[in-house]
Amino acid sequence: MQKKMARRPFPIHILVFLAPAVVIYTLFMVYPLVNSLRLSFFSLNQQNQETFVGLKNYITLFTDSNFAPHFWNALKNNVVFFLVHMVVQNSIALLLAALLASGGRARQFYRSVIFMPTVLSVVIIGFTWQLILNPLWGVAESMLKAIHLSFLFKPWLGLASTALVTVSLISVWQFVGIPMILFFTALIGIPEELIEAARVDGATGWGIFWRIKFPLILPTVGIVAILTFVGNFNAFDLIYTMKGALAGPDFSTDIMGTFFYRTFFGQQLQLGNPAMGATVAAMMFLIILSGVLLYMFVWQRRIQTVEM
Amino acid sequence: MAATDQSIAMGKSREASFSYRLRRFIGRMLPHLVLIGYALLALFPIYMIVMNSFKIKKAIFAAPFQLPNAQTFSLIGYETVLARANFFTYFMNSMIVTISALVLTLLIGSMAAFALSEYDFRGNAFLGLYLAIGIMIPIRLGTVGILILMKNLGLVNNLLGLILVYIAQALPLTVFILTQFMRQVPKELKDAARIDGASEYRIFGLVVPLVRPALGAIGIFTMIPIWNDLWFPLILAPSSKTATITLGVQQFLGQFVSDWNAVLSSLTMAMVPILLFYLIFSKQMIRSITSGALK
Repeated sequence: MQKKMARRPFPIHILVFLAPAVVIYTLFMVYPLVNSLRLSFFSLNQQNQETFVGLKNYITLFTDSNFAPHFWNALKNNVVFFLVHMVVQNSIALLLAALLASGGRARQFYRSVIFMPTVLSVVIIGFTWQLILNPLWGVAESMLKAIHLSFLFKPWLGLASTALVTVSLISVWQFVGIPMILFFTALIGIPEELIEAARVDGATGWGIFWRIKFPLILPTVGIVAILTFVGNFNAFDLIYTMKGALAGPDFSTDIMGTFFYRTFFGQQLQLGNPAMGATVAAMMFLIILSGVLLYMFVWQRRIQTVEM
Repeated sequence: MAATDQSIAMGKSREASFSYRLRRFIGRMLPHLVLIGYALLALFPIYMIVMNSFKIKKAIFAAPFQLPNAQTFSLIGYETVLARANFFTYFMNSMIVTISALVLTLLIGSMAAFALSEYDFRGNAFLGLYLAIGIMIPIRLGTVGILILMKNLGLVNNLLGLILVYIAQALPLTVFILTQFMRQVPKELKDAARIDGASEYRIFGLVVPLVRPALGAIGIFTMIPIWNDLWFPLILAPSSKTATITLGVQQFLGQFVSDWNAVLSSLTMAMVPILLFYLIFSKQMIRSITSGALK
């Protein structure tokens, strides 16, 4: 790009073009985030006056009996939530993408249908599944009965032992379309010659997939992983819709997002605490940031993108 | 592929050919079966909700899987919803917020992308990076700060507050993608217009239509999260005058949880606009996500 031809007057148009974006972005995204992080080092009293407390809020979060159990519980649940997504969602997405990529006229149709839940709002999805799994309505139960598996039925959403995994699976159901599309795009980008060459050498479908296709789409696998990570540690909407801010039963579905909301806004028995809420958000930020940095500096360095 | 397989088949002894063909047949059918299976799984809940929203309560419980017939058809759920909830207001709020945020994001984003892609100035690279960081960092983490800011600006329970937040949220990815696309616009075009005396603003107006595919793609995958967002309407604009349809449905469901007709009807009504939009644009939508993600 060459420098602008000797324009003596200050290139004000550059400013005009850039200003709105930079101002809005800074004012409504960067500044609040920085302010929020800053607030985590302070304590607020009743009159909303701040006093600097250093790392006290963080220590409280990790050790105080009012906050720590919920924090560690939420963190643990979030990890489970993430693992379910990584394992179930991304495997299914990979499988579906592989199937779609191997041809077939109905490709477009399948893609559109499987992607449909993703465009629906979480509120709709959450409530729909609540109804379906509801023992009162009995839809899920009748269906299991029809295939003679009715003994498997339980009020999964209502039991502390199964609620988290159930909610995670519902989230997987909704969002499987996105990694599926990403994998699909990566798979169809692999040149036919490579696959042909492998076939001539006698490789079969399964072998071709794992030895040739999968390694070539590793960059996409990385992207899907980091997107899943960031998305999951930021999640809130589905659990709030299905279980409310208390993330029952017995906090078994509490993840970082709901814990953050509850800490900041308070619930029936607990007053909201903006400084502690800011601390929770800061922790979420640190977790997400470490994931992103890990991805950028460890994964991306190791993986070479093959130009295809 | 056919040639190789056929030669293998002919090389095998004849007794194996039936089981071989059977395996081939199953192998061909299996992908379809799996895909159909999952497609059904994806559609089934939606179908159940929509179908049952048109039935009387007894039929919803007694025969949930049957289509509504003459005896069981009923619109009572819809009547309740329309009478009790401000669905029209919620819908309009969602429209206002989503469309404004979208239009402004595209405008402001393309302006910034134009500046970044076109002009070589000190800080160009830094600004690009500064804006791009926002792609990876979820804006929700700054919610405490955003709420304080909105309170200070008097924008709580105000659609403008929502719009500004959504613009800030969408700008990083928008600018990033548009910068790539704009860089590909040929220099000669722009220089020719400059020689003809066009101002830089006019050049901008020249370039924007040339990146229309990117604008369309960004439009589609920005719009859906904004329309479906629950978090910011809940925190910044929860009043019944300013609630979006997502928030409105959520609150309505909370209130009417035992009125199954109303619940099913409200869910259906919430689904219909987006499903219609999706069915019309599904091809573009999926293409847009793939092109956006590959960048």
